[in-house]
Amino acid sequence: MSSPDLPLVAPQTAHPAPSAGSHKGSGKKQRVRRLTGRDRVAVILMVAVPTLVVVGLIWLPAIASVLLSFTNWNGVGSLADVKVVGVENYTNVFTNYPPFKPAVEHNLLWLVVMFVVATPLGILFAVLIDKELKGSRFYQTALYLPVVLSLALVGFIWQLMYSRDQGLINAVLGTQIDFYGDPKWNIWAALFATCWKQVGYVMLLYLAGLKGVDGSLKEAAQMDGANQVQTFFRIVFPVMRPINIIVLVITVIESLRAFDLVWVINQGRNGLELIATLVTANIVGEASRIGFGSALATIMLVISLVFISIYLWVVMREDER
Amino acid sequence: MNRPANESEYLAGLVPASAGRHGFSRRSMLRGSLLAAGIPALLAACGNGGGSGNGGGGGGGQVTLGSNFSDAVPLKTMNAMVADAQKKKGISIKLNTVDHTTFQNNINNYLQGSPDDVFAWFAGYRMQFFAAQGLASDISDVWSTIGADYTDAFKKASTGEDGKQYFVPTTYGPWAVFYRKSLWQEKGYQAPKTLDEMKTLSTQMQKDGLVPLAFADKEGWPAMGTFDQLNMRINGYQFHIDLMAGKESWTDQKVKTVFDTWKGLLPFHQTDSLGRTWQEAATGVVNKTSGMMVIGSFIGQQFEAADQEDIDFFNFPEVDSAIGADAVEAPIDGFMMSKRPRNEDGAKKLLEYLGSPDDGVVQTTNDPSGIAANTKSDKSHYTELQKKCADFVASAKSISQFMDRDTRPDFASTVMIPSLQSFIQNPNDIDGLCTQIENQKKSIFTS
Repeated sequence: MSSPDLPLVAPQTAHPAPSAGSHKGSGKKQRVRRLTGRDRVAVILMVAVPTLVVVGLIWLPAIASVLLSFTNWNGVGSLADVKVVGVENYTNVFTNYPPFKPAVEHNLLWLVVMFVVATPLGILFAVLIDKELKGSRFYQTALYLPVVLSLALVGFIWQLMYSRDQGLINAVLGTQIDFYGDPKWNIWAALFATCWKQVGYVMLLYLAGLKGVDGSLKEAAQMDGANQVQTFFRIVFPVMRPINIIVLVITVIESLRAFDLVWVINQGRNGLELIATLVTANIVGEASRIGFGSALATIMLVISLVFISIYLWVVMREDER
Repeated sequence: MNRPANESEYLAGLVPASAGRHGFSRRSMLRGSLLAAGIPALLAACGNGGGSGNGGGGGGGQVTLGSNFSDAVPLKTMNAMVADAQKKKGISIKLNTVDHTTFQNNINNYLQGSPDDVFAWFAGYRMQFFAAQGLASDISDVWSTIGADYTDAFKKASTGEDGKQYFVPTTYGPWAVFYRKSLWQEKGYQAPKTLDEMKTLSTQMQKDGLVPLAFADKEGWPAMGTFDQLNMRINGYQFHIDLMAGKESWTDQKVKTVFDTWKGLLPFHQTDSLGRTWQEAATGVVNKTSGMMVIGSFIGQQFEAADQEDIDFFNFPEVDSAIGADAVEAPIDGFMMSKRPRNEDGAKKLLEYLGSPDDGVVQTTNDPSGIAANTKSDKSHYTELQKKCADFVASAKSISQFMDRDTRPDFASTVMIPSLQSFIQNPNDIDGLCTQIENQKKSIFTS
């Protein structure tokens, strides 16, 4: 809110606020009452519906998952005969579940590659396209095309490239590398396919931001003798701070969300373990280990909360300024 | 209609999720996604409510039949069965076919929600588990009608932990070592009787430029078949079943011997198996680039109709002469009745039909990769392979189901699949692997 002293009423019914002092409380009440009936209904609906949706679909399930993670529930029968097992599920996750360690490593690797490769590359492409070189429309479309596809479909498309016996890459190179099956290769194969998609996404966001940068800033920098690189890093990049934060957040979110692609490849096994696939493998299925899977989900929630907190902290500090 | 339960997992891996989802009902998809989001508690609560609501509301002459047989041949078979059952039993049946991945993944919610009166499922521990949770109905009275047609082994496989029957077996198909007759005749190979003979044969095949043992484990379950065979040959049927039931320790030297023997066979297995599906591996047998394959009789689905008579198999060879080779793995498919069927009389009539010789004929004619479980079912129309499979299983002393049907489903999928895959990838750390499996087994079986 840029103007905090704007009254919470429709302009035509707005009255001058009573002078400050002991009447402040009752004054507020009166103002609310002056909303017309329809306005009040609208306000209540606009507050209540999203609240219900958020509480019902996000908070309750999240809390339920956290609570379930301390039980051994197998998904059958009433909650009454659920046995509370304390932190046993967590102990098992950390000490007695071999796929967990590679999953955390892969999630981190995912984050690092996204951060170090995909995002900078997307920014670079955006800057180049922003120069309006010849055919930049074509490049823009070509780079953005993968973003439209679902990750599941991306996995399938790349299967055609990677396939050991029929794939294009092996045919061209004359090799027989099992890109999706060999754990030495498959995480990199998956990361490459993800980057292919992510680069276009970052590029588009960044391009939108670049279009909004005041051209006179760049001119001024050039007048002062800055070269292209200096102009970008000293002037454009700092000016684009809001976009930078969005791109950063998207990078983190996409890394934590990583799931569909590896699930399509081999359901997150054999070198492609991710926390999200472990959660699914444990919870979805016949004799589901709901308690254990919930513990994994809670760990993922905690990791996400760290990043969400950082983001909120940065954004709120931004607002205060 | 004989297919490993987890073939679905293969399909799920092959088809992109977005493309494979036409067949899904919106509801099951919603359930799936909600589950993934982690609100099982809420869902189950809703499911319970729905279940009790439906229990009272009966009526209607229709029997609903839930089926996971969604592929072309099995679907055609199901339709033929339904048509025949309606005619013979005078009931009206509504067939609800669900894609098998969805069906198996959602079985918990399906059975707790408003399930169909009769639903397709698997024999063994996998059936007992749901019977013990009270999600299936006792159908002992159906068995008093159909029981005489079945052998004791099948009755046992249909019986819950409480001694009552919950399952009507319809078809089964044995696991063995499959090959092409013409290729073997051409090369002059003989079916090996012992593991050493099998190794000698494999060496010969390698010299002849063939891959001796076609092998795939992308889906995670096909390798279970090889483990089962080796364990039953080395340690015997009873040890295998006890190990699966969590009564024996995985750190036992006996289990280590199984892995060690398997390690000795791995050089004869097709390499890069973790990126290959069983269908792709079977193609090697079909194209005569691979010599043989440890797989179920459903491999027949990969052969052209003209080549069906060229498929042959031999029993997995003996390893220890004291143990012999009389234990056979033959997963049984069949049907169960849900806990509160809306039309119980109709459902039981349908189950009686499914357990009748007529059903066996309809199923085995439409899908020649299975064998009728009913002993009175007419066998005159069987192909050579079906006849041989039937004799093979009939001569077996004990019959196992399959690892993912003989043990807890959560243990099979979350522990054994990653463990067997890591063994195939690195067969050298057997001690460490067995310790990991045992630790996880303890935490799962005691929970």
